[in-house]
Amino acid sequence: MTAISESAAGRALPWPSMLRESGLAAFVALLLTVPLVGFRTVDRPTGLGISTRFDEVLAAAALVFIGRLGLCLVNEGRALLVMVLSILALAVSAFVGFPTEALKVIAMGGAFVISLRAAMKINGDAAITLAAVYVALFLGPWLQLGGGVTLWLVAKSVIAAAALAVAVWRGLHAWRKHGAPVSLADRDKAMDRIAVKVQQASRFLGPVGIAFALIFPFLPIADRVSIDIGILLLTYIMLGWGLNIVVGLAGLLDLGYVAFYAVGAYSYALLATYFGWGFWICLPLAGVLAALSGVLLGFPVLRLRGDYFAIVTLGFGEIIRVILINWYQFTGGPNGISGIPRPSFFGLAEFNRNPTGGLPSFHEMFGLEFSSLHRIIFLYYLILALALVVNLFTLRVRKLPMGRAWEALREDDIACSSLGINRTNMKLGAFAIAAMFGGFAGSFFATRQGFISPESFTFIESAIILAIVVLGGMGSQVGVVVATFIVIGLPEMFRELEQYRMVAFGMGMVLIMLWRPRGLLAHRDPTIRLQGYGGGGTPAAGTAAAGGEAIAGGRAK
Amino acid sequence: MEYFLQQLINGLTLGAIYGLIAIGYTMVYGIIGMINFAHGEIYMIGAFIAVITFLVLGTVGITWVPLMLLVVLIMAMLFTAVYGWTIERIAYRPLRNSPRLAPLISAIGMSIFLQNYVQLLQGARVKPLPPVVPGGFSLMERADGFVVQISYLQLTIILLTVALMYGFTQIIQRTELGRAQRACEQDKTMAGLLGVNVDRTISLTFVMGAALAAVAGVMVTLYYGVIDFYIGFLAGVKAFTAAVLGGIGSLPGAMLGGLFIGLIEAFWSAYFTIEYKDVATFSILVLVLIFRPSGLLGRPEIEKV
Repeated sequence: MTAISESAAGRALPWPSMLRESGLAAFVALLLTVPLVGFRTVDRPTGLGISTRFDEVLAAAALVFIGRLGLCLVNEGRALLVMVLSILALAVSAFVGFPTEALKVIAMGGAFVISLRAAMKINGDAAITLAAVYVALFLGPWLQLGGGVTLWLVAKSVIAAAALAVAVWRGLHAWRKHGAPVSLADRDKAMDRIAVKVQQASRFLGPVGIAFALIFPFLPIADRVSIDIGILLLTYIMLGWGLNIVVGLAGLLDLGYVAFYAVGAYSYALLATYFGWGFWICLPLAGVLAALSGVLLGFPVLRLRGDYFAIVTLGFGEIIRVILINWYQFTGGPNGISGIPRPSFFGLAEFNRNPTGGLPSFHEMFGLEFSSLHRIIFLYYLILALALVVNLFTLRVRKLPMGRAWEALREDDIACSSLGINRTNMKLGAFAIAAMFGGFAGSFFATRQGFISPESFTFIESAIILAIVVLGGMGSQVGVVVATFIVIGLPEMFRELEQYRMVAFGMGMVLIMLWRPRGLLAHRDPTIRLQGYGGGGTPAAGTAAAGGEAIAGGRAK
Repeated sequence: MEYFLQQLINGLTLGAIYGLIAIGYTMVYGIIGMINFAHGEIYMIGAFIAVITFLVLGTVGITWVPLMLLVVLIMAMLFTAVYGWTIERIAYRPLRNSPRLAPLISAIGMSIFLQNYVQLLQGARVKPLPPVVPGGFSLMERADGFVVQISYLQLTIILLTVALMYGFTQIIQRTELGRAQRACEQDKTMAGLLGVNVDRTISLTFVMGAALAAVAGVMVTLYYGVIDFYIGFLAGVKAFTAAVLGGIGSLPGAMLGGLFIGLIEAFWSAYFTIEYKDVATFSILVLVLIFRPSGLLGRPEIEKV
């Protein structure tokens, strides 16, 4: 650690160029913040008024200046100094008042990033130690003493304890031997190694995870809220796995997946409210209808190349939404459909206290005390089963000619057609199957909510699902799970920061992409290997080759 | 006939606005081959800066309309261009050699961020602005009293768009920057080897695209008189549709596509139902892509193995 700062101390720092760079960054920050942060429109009785907030503008510019200067210093080899200073700054800004909450978050976030960058410049162990300390501090149970033992608290404490252990172990490492600074490429390689390990471990972790998911509702830590969050997570995992068939396996960029989700949801809602059909009849019907709409859309557009395809699917998603809003005689318009029937227990019993449909009630049938939790647990298992079906399908289909053809199509379109694979039919198959799974998820959503409206099927949903697939590492089934926990789970943790949530969500998407452009758990590993070629000969269980390059291939130069 | 003429004028105005946004998409796509998803938000930010500048000018006491328009245009273009530059620098440049989807996801993230950033700062309610340029010419009158009118504002929008298009074409065709842009569009590596500063060229492309989107933002603020933080999404999608329709990568194509979309919307709203105008737009996009995948003015791309 000290070796670097000593060698660098000999050189004089190039203050003029550093100040110029930081000044430039601050100037840009000033230009960015003056119009939108400095002037706020306010609604006055006489019309639109304006108020000024120049303190925030100046504070933001100053923060950018300091941050940029810190990064310059890191590049000049004063990493240790900057690390100490930025940790101090982080601690101070956590307790000092700022003009607004947002500035405080920016200051803390900036200090956080800069300290990690500085630690990376010192050596890898230091960076890991610091990161682990942050994780422990951030998740530690000390943030919410008092209150009952919830699932989150338990999970957070476990993670925090693990992080502390890592911090101590790596910290000792960092102290004893002076490793080399970590470059960005090194960091990427380290992440790749972790990704490979996770993928390999997924063969054992998968069943463990499924077993945990199975017993989860009966654990003492599971309450109504945590099961609800579990249902939410599983819904997105299912959607992510469904979209993964199109994006990860077949290499088609679909920006309108939510359309099929909507078709499924409305199919169930309309069939159930118009004809009074039950959930178990409507579920397959909703899937079929969604698949049909996938074929209808896919047939004309699947001949299109990458980006055109993307924009047409996006347009299709919007068309469906516009129709749902405007065809109000049929779909209820913007008001949506309410009073959608809840699912029965396989058509045998209902979950109400006093069932009206002529079926016995669930608690009487099994001789239990009535509890509203029964239905939630049933919904939980329902979505778990649906999600696992999708997963099982994906894992198996990759061994069938169809799945092989999808992956081959993703890698090279033209080679496939010259080998006699019918490109359109294969892509249509992928599209229809993914649409069907989207439809299943949609009708589950409808029956869980009991109310649907076009509001739930905006482009942002498509973007979130696509983000889950891409952030996880395209084609990786485990990646989808990990990414869902990050994209859906993390914002759930910060419910109290309601208004900043989406801002942070957007920025988080950008940052993760900058950090890992191929996705968190992406690594290329062919599904099949030729015998005696490339060694191993293991058909990787939870992995597919990251399909990024395939979609990139369209315009590769 | 008179009714048709009126819709033609409305459609052309709308199309001019879409065309200006579409140019930003088409230029960026031509040079770095990515859909700049945040471009719609850039236009939205342009509109907000326009509203804010109008309000500030009102407080300062400048009310002479031409001066107001000029100041608003310059301010919106300047500040929005900084946004365009920063977005490229932060979210796209580090991902230039990544897989295709990475910059797209980054762009979607940026778009979500900007939308909520503006909502957080400026509030979620719609921002109304009293009409700044009232009045217009009456072109002709039908027997039943229907008057075909072109407002001064529509005239301004169309003339300004024509002027901008002319200046822009000149930049692309005659200046060194334009040559550098065309060179980068063909082959970035080779252009770099021959001494073109590729990073700077791409940055300037984003700056120009953002400035044009800001003009569109100013126009839409004046034209409709209300904006909110969500206008960027639909306008962005439609402008991208326009760019694809005209043949992506082609500047005249983008303008033509914009006009096309504007006219379709105007006529569809006038003769059919206003609710389904977006459906009509997208359906035409699908039809064009099926029968002429390279767009109206685009060159067909040869697929190489």
